[in-house]
Amino acid sequence: MYQITDKKVLATGVVEMTIRAPRVAKAHKPGQFLMVMNREESERIPLTIADSNPETGEVTIVFLEVGRSTIELGQEFREGDELFAVLGPLGTPTHIENYGTVVVIGGGLGVAPIYPICKGLKAAGNKVVTIIGYRRKDLMFWNDKLAGVSDEVIITTDDGSCGIKGFVTTALEQLHDEGRTIDRIVAIGPPIMMRVVAEKTQPWGIPTIVSLNTIMVDGTGMCGGCRIAVGDETKFVCVDGPDFDGHKVDWDQMFNRMKVYKKQEQKAIAADPSCNLYFETLKR
Amino acid sequence: MAETIDIVKLGGVKEGERKRPRSKEARREIACQTVADRLKNYSEVALGYTPDIAVAEAMRCLECPKPRCVVACPVHIDIPSFIGLIARGKFTEAAEDIRQYNNLPAVCGRVCPQENLCEAACIINDTNAHNPIAIGRLERFSADWQFMHSERRAEDIHKKPSTGYKVAVIGSGPAGLSCSADLAKMGHTVHIFEALHKAGGVLMYGIPEFRLPKAIVQKEVEYVSSLGVQMELNNVVGRTMPVQEVLDEFDAVFVASGAGFPNMMNIPGENLNGIYSANEFLTRVNLMKAWTHPEAGTPIRRPQRLVVVGAGFTAFDVVRIGLRLGADEARIVYRRSREEMPGRGEEIEHAEEEGAIFTLLTNPVRYIGDENGSVKAVEVQKMELGEPDASGRRRPIPIPDSNYIIDCDTVVVAIGQTPNVLIPSNLPGLATRWGSVIKVNRETYMTTVPKVFAGGDAITGAATVILATRAGREAARAIDAYVRDPYRAWQSPE
Repeated sequence: MYQITDKKVLATGVVEMTIRAPRVAKAHKPGQFLMVMNREESERIPLTIADSNPETGEVTIVFLEVGRSTIELGQEFREGDELFAVLGPLGTPTHIENYGTVVVIGGGLGVAPIYPICKGLKAAGNKVVTIIGYRRKDLMFWNDKLAGVSDEVIITTDDGSCGIKGFVTTALEQLHDEGRTIDRIVAIGPPIMMRVVAEKTQPWGIPTIVSLNTIMVDGTGMCGGCRIAVGDETKFVCVDGPDFDGHKVDWDQMFNRMKVYKKQEQKAIAADPSCNLYFETLKR
Repeated sequence: MAETIDIVKLGGVKEGERKRPRSKEARREIACQTVADRLKNYSEVALGYTPDIAVAEAMRCLECPKPRCVVACPVHIDIPSFIGLIARGKFTEAAEDIRQYNNLPAVCGRVCPQENLCEAACIINDTNAHNPIAIGRLERFSADWQFMHSERRAEDIHKKPSTGYKVAVIGSGPAGLSCSADLAKMGHTVHIFEALHKAGGVLMYGIPEFRLPKAIVQKEVEYVSSLGVQMELNNVVGRTMPVQEVLDEFDAVFVASGAGFPNMMNIPGENLNGIYSANEFLTRVNLMKAWTHPEAGTPIRRPQRLVVVGAGFTAFDVVRIGLRLGADEARIVYRRSREEMPGRGEEIEHAEEEGAIFTLLTNPVRYIGDENGSVKAVEVQKMELGEPDASGRRRPIPIPDSNYIIDCDTVVVAIGQTPNVLIPSNLPGLATRWGSVIKVNRETYMTTVPKVFAGGDAITGAATVILATRAGREAARAIDAYVRDPYRAWQSPE
């Protein structure tokens, strides 16, 4: 039903996959995600849509082989294979208008989902300054693609193997210290990165939007497994988000809720020979 | 495969012969798994009638000329007629007979609250108290028999020639399936849009395997498909395609999107790990088969001490799942008393037999977490009952200084569901109550938007399978009239 039309390994454990899902491709707007089921017995996993092509009816996802389902998807599925289910696009699209200058930050895997957002912001007339951060040079991907939809791209690596040595916040601080006008910030990446960015920008008073990737079952507002306190209210990430005001997210709760199934996940990985094999290969 | 039925051997009557009803006999019990067995599996608790028992039960029916049961049935199944067919050994025909009125007999035979509907109205209650005909069990028997013994062929299905009209149905739960089946029989082209990866809606994600086997639901879904209904899964209308696009492509649209949004209490600590909405807990277990994890991909916490808040159908389903997941203690916490419990008698009994604890006249006020951010206890407050409220039930009033702590590692909040706002918020002009419950004309199921009809939990809030089935059926009739002559059939919902 949902054929994989292209698969690339972008870096160790980072996979780009293009899937035929014409309705999703046609309806997709920046900031939205989809749910994937590898097989009939698989769990439903939320993945942000990194690109879409309504003409060819294809959507692109980029994911990290980190848990049982993503390892299975990355290791066992090839071009031409079919996925059991793809549902989307889900979530409220990123609000896009002409803000002036927007700094868009992508950390690690977060580099993929910022692509449609940069594209949308640029089309709306914004000056787009993109900061992308990786741990090391060999983990980089999509730099050129992002350069095509940004006015400026700044690269950071933790070890200094490319661009500025440091974190995305190092580059962001430099922009701020230089007195550059920043009207809005969008930050997508690991929760710790989004939290650090939001804490940094709060005293500056710059609106900072983050995209949360919580645990979900259905992705349509039915289960509430993704719920999180934002300001004084509990929000459902799948329908109210995934974009939220980074200054209002209860980050401690976010980190806590991410580990709900840690034990079960370890058990599942231990019981799955192909996952074990995968981790063995990584060690070598 | 056709099975030869020797009706005389089974104790029934031959066709054309006079039936002597044995109404004075006791109602035939249904075989159930023992408590010890059923706690070790997820299989159906009630095992169903064997042919001889079904015939014996059918032989008790008076086949009244003015049957009260038919009046009490929300979809007015011709109950004496199908029971008469069972008594005469025509089991498949009995199922077909029911299908004229209800497209989901195998489902409704299991989950319909017959004790409050048809069976409560049975005239035998007047002379042989507490022994009404077991209508639900007979309905289930005939539907199961049909699934097991007859191959339905497309040409056997009574379908009118194609009308050329196209109707979209949003949601494949009981309302959607029932409406689709009737529309297809009327000759319309029907296309179902379902958000999840399996058709069946609440029958798949909400009701557990041990009350309604998923294979049975899929059989009913296959029956609807066999009528020519197209089912498009993984399409959440309002996201995957704009509602307007559906309106443009079809002559009419039936919104049967159910009540899928979980209510929470909004008390402190409700977002701690280990606290679930009933929807999440049930979806993980029923639809995603989390009880088999890690075979199935979806995990679930295996509770040791489970607290379920609420006492409706859903709460009893959750508490019984908890016991099957191996909970040492599974407790219902409910703010009113036993009399006000909205759950079905049979399920309350089954839950009690299986060891559920009832802590009544008690309401949670806050949750307490451990150092890992997981729930470790709930603080509750005792309640007393005051004057009846709007629902007609006595209102619970907190008793001051009565708080105490119940230890737990898992909590499931089962205090009701409301409809999802996705369709109303994406369809300008669609009037709702409280922002999510779609307003309709109760005769025609028409909404405030031309072409758009709605039924089931989407217009009532969470209710029963049979009421959704009825809405689907009645809406199908109204939609049929509308597509044939939109101007004449149009009525304002107000």
